Amino acid sequence: MIDNHRSSATPQPALLELQDISTVFGHGANATWASDHVSLRIEESPPRIVNIVGESGSGKTTAARSLLGLQPPTTGKALWRGKDIYALSKNELLEFRREVQVVFQDPYGIFNPYYPIDRVFNMTIRKFKLAKSKDEASRLIEEALKAVNLRPPDVLGRYPHQLSGGERQRVMLARAYLVKPKVIVADEAISMLDVAVRAVIMNILLDFKEQLGISTIFITHDLSAAYYLGGDIMVMQRGRAVELGPSVSVMDNPKHPYTKLLLESIPSPDPDQRWGETAIPASELDELGAKRSIGTRSRCLFSERCPYAHDACWARRPPLYRVGDQDVACVLYADIPRNEADLTLEEVVASREPALAR
Amino acid sequence: MASPSTAQRTTSSGVSTGPAASSKSANPRVIGDLPLLQIKDLDVHFVTPRGIARVVDKANLTIRHQEIVGIAGESGSGKTTLVEAILQIIRFPNRVTHGQVLFSHDGKEQVDLMTVGDRRMRQLRGQHIAYVPQGSMNSLNPVARIEDQIVDGMVDHGISERAAKAKVPSLLAKVGLDEHVAKLYPHELSGGMKQRVIIAIAIAMEPSLIVADEPTTALDVNVQRLILETLLNLRDELNVAIMIVSHDLPVHAQLVERIGIMYAGQIVETGDIRSTVKESLHPYTSGLMHAIPSIGGSRERLEGIGGATPSPLAWPEGCRFHNRCPRAMDICTRVMPVLAEVAPGMREIADGRTVEVVNDRLVACHLYPESTPGAAPATAANGQVHATATLADGGRR
Repeated sequence: MIDNHRSSATPQPALLELQDISTVFGHGANATWASDHVSLRIEESPPRIVNIVGESGSGKTTAARSLLGLQPPTTGKALWRGKDIYALSKNELLEFRREVQVVFQDPYGIFNPYYPIDRVFNMTIRKFKLAKSKDEASRLIEEALKAVNLRPPDVLGRYPHQLSGGERQRVMLARAYLVKPKVIVADEAISMLDVAVRAVIMNILLDFKEQLGISTIFITHDLSAAYYLGGDIMVMQRGRAVELGPSVSVMDNPKHPYTKLLLESIPSPDPDQRWGETAIPASELDELGAKRSIGTRSRCLFSERCPYAHDACWARRPPLYRVGDQDVACVLYADIPRNEADLTLEEVVASREPALAR
Repeated sequence: MASPSTAQRTTSSGVSTGPAASSKSANPRVIGDLPLLQIKDLDVHFVTPRGIARVVDKANLTIRHQEIVGIAGESGSGKTTLVEAILQIIRFPNRVTHGQVLFSHDGKEQVDLMTVGDRRMRQLRGQHIAYVPQGSMNSLNPVARIEDQIVDGMVDHGISERAAKAKVPSLLAKVGLDEHVAKLYPHELSGGMKQRVIIAIAIAMEPSLIVADEPTTALDVNVQRLILETLLNLRDELNVAIMIVSHDLPVHAQLVERIGIMYAGQIVETGDIRSTVKESLHPYTSGLMHAIPSIGGSRERLEGIGGATPSPLAWPEGCRFHNRCPRAMDICTRVMPVLAEVAPGMREIADGRTVEVVNDRLVACHLYPESTPGAAPATAANGQVHATATLADGGRR
């Protein structure tokens, strides 16, 4: 569950938590803020799918790597059951790795081509001491393959190059399934697959959640995939979380101008639904901005592209404002009355325009 | 074959963005009746250590002047190889073993690119056919200024360096880049800007066909949209036909007028984009459309297509999709269907609906008797006989 900036008084430590983490690469004028004061909570139950979306360079993967214990944040804390992920004992680390599994983007690069697929499973079983006998091990493997709709003879004894991308990605999910994790971090797990296979992988993640109680942190640049998976969403832009909330609410009524722009840029598979005129001009500035840090960061980093930008946007960084069940980092929503929480971005702009006029 | 509807298509597909929709050709080309490109029964074989792979097999496709055609299909379906065959850049020992690629830049004279020879082909490439290969935005020379890289190709095609340099600002403007970009190096540009530079290089010689292989694949959505809009504007400005290869069906839905769907080395369906994606004739196309999530749509479970693409080393007997096809019949395992025009009229289509099939839709599937070699003439699902409009030469258009 996403809960931002309001998590100070929680009795139970969350399964996974990012507490106001920043990750800075380089320093001085060349510093790149891959994540900039990002907070995220994933509770143990109920299981939930949390989507992290944004363009390339927005800091999605860095946030995920911090959660996985692969990228220590420069400031802030990454916690697992209340413990600092980067200060775990050896035994705790093993348990952490069992509970938090990962599926990476590239189903072609993840396997050692010299060994048959079986090794992926056997190593996992040995590492986590899952089986006492060979029979038990092969029973576990069969069960895991069944969970991802693969027939054991199609996979076992074969080499990675003999499997398709979709099959390999399913093998990775089966491997994750073996250790009965609490959460799977899927970093662009479907972006290299063909459309026909993407749905298969997403359905497995949905089944894992519904039938086995496994949560997923789903990192993607594909907003329609996030919409399909549902759950919660965190929209990132240049290292910052600019909008958070339930996926369906965020995409049905995007409140941040950046979220709106992203949504309007997605081509619809229906040729009758043409791209509309966008209020927010698409631009390559963001991509360039990710390459170079332009000026100060104590402002809204979307202001140079935002048609609604005014002085306040350039003056300070907008905090996350609570609007309905969404959190939005945009000054348009400062002190928004409770009864206006359902307004669309355009309506909010219209009602606030006089006050915001430069 | 002559298509009076080309002009209408232009307007009907004019994506509502930008002023492009209204601005008709500034310099209309006089074009004859012959289509721009006709691919006939094209086979491409790759030589591999494990035998001959028939990567493209009996592909048929027609591209008309000034139209935007999409080629969609999953990885390994032969999309890129088909494009490479058009451009004659398939390298020995891999080769085009059979077929014709008839090209006519003015619609009057046709040449078979298979037989023109290397020198002439080299002239045609760049001059009349521009190619934007997959990932080419990453192949810009890192130590040369953008300007020099644009000029390079023009000089090679006989334009003086001075004249070529003078043209650079207008080329950059056509793809929506500022003049100062000419003096920059590739590392100073974003991905979207690099892709624009590549397109500027492609249009430098005012070709009549631009072939773009996955032009937006590594780009973010909002940049992707900018690039696609740039391509649309170019078509209207330069009267150029564009062939877009992409695995991304929504991109096709927004951009192209006609689409060809490839599966396992063959083109299995072609038609106008709207009917093809909304009333797919081939079960594969239908399956693809039912595998795509869309925002705002229902969030019911998507089906996806089970199974895996067969290997080009050993395509299955009969229809190559039969082992993954929900509607496979006995004949599908034995007889390979041919790409043929479906007679217009009320027909039952792949997902079981009965819809009105319009003109100019081709499919290779036994659900339609036209596709079965040597079968009786088309009979519509509702029993009416449509004797008209069935092409005598079947899939060989």
